[in-house]
Amino acid sequence: MKIDNTTIERSRVELTKEDFVSDQMVKWCPGCGSYTILSAVANVFPKIGYRKENFMVVSGIGCSSRFPYYVNTYGIHGIHGRAFAIASGVKIANPHLSVWVATGDGDSMAIGGNHFIHTIRRNIDINVLLFNNRIYGLTKGQFSPTTPMGSVTKTSPHGTIEHPFNPGELVIGAQGTFFARVTDNNLKLLTDVMFEAARHDGTSIVEILQNCPIYNDKTHALITAKETRDQYQLILKNGEPMIFGGQKDKGIMLHGTHLKVVTIGEKGITDDNLLVHDQYEKDPGIHLMLAKMMPPHFPVALGVIRSAMYPTYDDLVVEQIDYEKANSPIKNVDDLLNSGDTWVI
Amino acid sequence: MSKNKDIQPIRKEDVVIKFVGDSGDGMQLAGTLFSDAAAIAGYDLATFPDYPAEIRAPQNTIAGVSGFQVHFGHTKIHTSGDLCDMLVAMNPASLRSNLKWAKDGATIIVDADTFADKAIEKAGYKVNPLNDGSLEKYNVIKASITNITKESLAEVEIGAKAAEKTRNMFALGVVFYVFNRSLDSTIAYIEDKFKKTPLVVQANRIVLQAGYNYANTIVVLGSRIEVAPAEMPKGRYRNITGNVATAWGLLAASERSGRPLFLGSYPITPATEILIELARHKSLGAKVFQAEDEIAGICSAIGASYTGSLAVTTTSGPGLSLKSEALGLAVMAELPIVIVDVQRGGPSTGLPTKSEQSDLLQALFGRNGEAPLLVVAASSPANCFDYAYMAAKLSMEHMTPVILLTDGNLGNGSQLFRIPKTADMPAIKPPIAKPNTEYKPYRRDPVTLVREWALPGTEGLRHRVGGLEKENIHGTVSTDPANHQLMVNLRQQKVDNVADYIPMQTVVGEPEGDLLIVSWGSTEGAVLTAIQELQLEGKSISMAHFHYIMPLPKNTAEIFSRFKKIIVCELNMGQFVAYLRMQHPQFSYMQYNKVQCLPFMVNELIEKFNQILEVK
Repeated sequence: MKIDNTTIERSRVELTKEDFVSDQMVKWCPGCGSYTILSAVANVFPKIGYRKENFMVVSGIGCSSRFPYYVNTYGIHGIHGRAFAIASGVKIANPHLSVWVATGDGDSMAIGGNHFIHTIRRNIDINVLLFNNRIYGLTKGQFSPTTPMGSVTKTSPHGTIEHPFNPGELVIGAQGTFFARVTDNNLKLLTDVMFEAARHDGTSIVEILQNCPIYNDKTHALITAKETRDQYQLILKNGEPMIFGGQKDKGIMLHGTHLKVVTIGEKGITDDNLLVHDQYEKDPGIHLMLAKMMPPHFPVALGVIRSAMYPTYDDLVVEQIDYEKANSPIKNVDDLLNSGDTWVI
Repeated sequence: MSKNKDIQPIRKEDVVIKFVGDSGDGMQLAGTLFSDAAAIAGYDLATFPDYPAEIRAPQNTIAGVSGFQVHFGHTKIHTSGDLCDMLVAMNPASLRSNLKWAKDGATIIVDADTFADKAIEKAGYKVNPLNDGSLEKYNVIKASITNITKESLAEVEIGAKAAEKTRNMFALGVVFYVFNRSLDSTIAYIEDKFKKTPLVVQANRIVLQAGYNYANTIVVLGSRIEVAPAEMPKGRYRNITGNVATAWGLLAASERSGRPLFLGSYPITPATEILIELARHKSLGAKVFQAEDEIAGICSAIGASYTGSLAVTTTSGPGLSLKSEALGLAVMAELPIVIVDVQRGGPSTGLPTKSEQSDLLQALFGRNGEAPLLVVAASSPANCFDYAYMAAKLSMEHMTPVILLTDGNLGNGSQLFRIPKTADMPAIKPPIAKPNTEYKPYRRDPVTLVREWALPGTEGLRHRVGGLEKENIHGTVSTDPANHQLMVNLRQQKVDNVADYIPMQTVVGEPEGDLLIVSWGSTEGAVLTAIQELQLEGKSISMAHFHYIMPLPKNTAEIFSRFKKIIVCELNMGQFVAYLRMQHPQFSYMQYNKVQCLPFMVNELIEKFNQILEVK
């Protein structure tokens, strides 16, 4: 797999992790999932291969949003919820940049929910790392839009009484072209998925199931813990049947209009009966079903769930401008000032 | 030939005409076409559209009345006029709501066919005003506009509804006759606008001519009115609205600075036309992003600014409120951005299509923390071009947000615009950092205190900015108390230093005297007209009209010190005067305020100024 993007200039020298290390002290709590994400970014940026000056990291507010300070690229640490809007401006104004957004579940699903869906709808070519720890960390432990219903937090002492968002459903509902999900303790998969996000032209959303050891410890434990992860993780691979389980004996089948977990070898079921993953399929039907799978009845789908090719907003902007430049009689501001009805006195 | 031709025309220096009717009656178009014709004929002019917020309020109600006022003349025209010499009213409601704007003795042309019982009642009249003697002091022409329009189109197969839509052309034809104007420019417009539907072109032409001929044959009209063309400085001219002028000023600044234009904006009355206008000019490289909301508008502009664009967001009062937090980010990150606030009546949704000057304090101070930025105000539709250009220049050269204040009157009003050559406009030189120069985000020019603009993609300049307080020079996150004080001081001083780069304040009239009138923004024309009249009477009165508000010009206090009395006139409860009391507390200021969403009338200003001058 390689990156085909020709808009962003490639580095002439081979870059390493060290090229992206910032001189700032990293101030996340010990054990925070963000450390792995930072490592994955440092791993993947040199692999992507663009000039180091062509990377740009944008964030909003929250623990995750300190990210730009910890990567040595151009960057903006924005305001709460607005990373998508800022990043949209960056990418539209300068499509030669590889733009990355670091955001959390509060930043992007609550205060920034509007920008989240509209950026996705436009398919602006930016890559989003959505740190989903299902809690407000920086304000010390209030429930977020992804906190499971009934959770007791500082602002829900009797349990939350609202239904959480599943980011994948929102992405696909907003006509998203790329959605991937990964856990914060799988550096290899994190790095692979980030590379895939970079390879995709359009808005790439990577949901990272992240642990907050202080305010929401083990929130994803069922999925990430050694004892249960085989049972509850389906790591998708494009073109391959959907198989999971410690013995690789479980699979996902389409049963009528629903997905179903089956055991391979039982009732005559073989690999041939299983769904084969097609991340490039434009119809989002199966992708949505995969994004919605949740324990205890299903494993959680990880890896690239959807990666459909559609034109990007930023390309279309350039296309319209190029066309107008070639075809409009107005070539400069003096032409404009003297266009239409004018007269000499 | 008509008998009217033998009557000597009445000569006038200037004339105000107001076209009023139902929202769908085409009054904005009739007014615009008349002003274009007047402009081409060499008059100076100013226009003012007055329309409701609703697109089509119920027919024949006061709520649905839409108007367009044109003031043209031989002398320099500074305002769209107080009261009108001619009122064209297409239905009873428009007559009732606008009669108060007609001069005694004004000519009133009504479509008599619309004065049916129901419409009269809907307008709130008890009896038909055309018959009860209430209009005695006016020269009323009861024209059968609807019926004559229909009759003249009897041969054209266009349908009754479409035929009725051309009534505005009849009214326009009458007015063209009265002022002895050529129909050519209007016919050319009609031919171009409806070129795909020849029947519509034909119908509009016929009705326009019918109105002209009708005026020619009726005796009641009296004399034609003759206004000599204005003595304008030589040059090429066009008619322009403030919103279009703002858009073009920004395009000119983009071209002259070499910085691509990025507009992130969300539609809002009365600022939307700037967004519409810039969206049309992709051939000049303008990138226009219609965002999902006001916040995304400014935030996308901040992102674009970081990458080296001339970044702009356009809005009105409610939108400026929504942008406050992001404005603070631009202040903190010291990024250039131009925010255009086309002010409207507030608070809240207020009066969206009407104008006032009540966002000044919001522009100056409406942010959390110590967040100084530049505030500049245009004062005429045409000079929106100049101040948009200057706002962009100052923003980029001083690495700071600039709020450009205009208002609904300026944005939608039009005026003659002497077309400049872009090469004659002042150069714009943004402080762009050179590659591999050991860049520090908050290292400053020792004189201006301006930091350098390091554009992504440039080798050796990688750096981060953000909303957290930063350490001086290095730009790393800092919570050090002394550093915070230092950075607050530096940001303020940088803005204050801009006073060295803006023009000195000018005074109209003697540099000293009894009374100084202080104003800002769109009131310039009315105040100027008022003081010129009083100066002719020998009164000791001068005027200082401000365009640069934050910072104020350096000679402000010196000017104020030369007058016995100062009165600050503005269309709010006293926002500029409050700011002046804060900036220059050594002076005593009187104030004259109006918050009716109407411009100042020249006469009310004269009355007020005379009162003050009489008290010794």
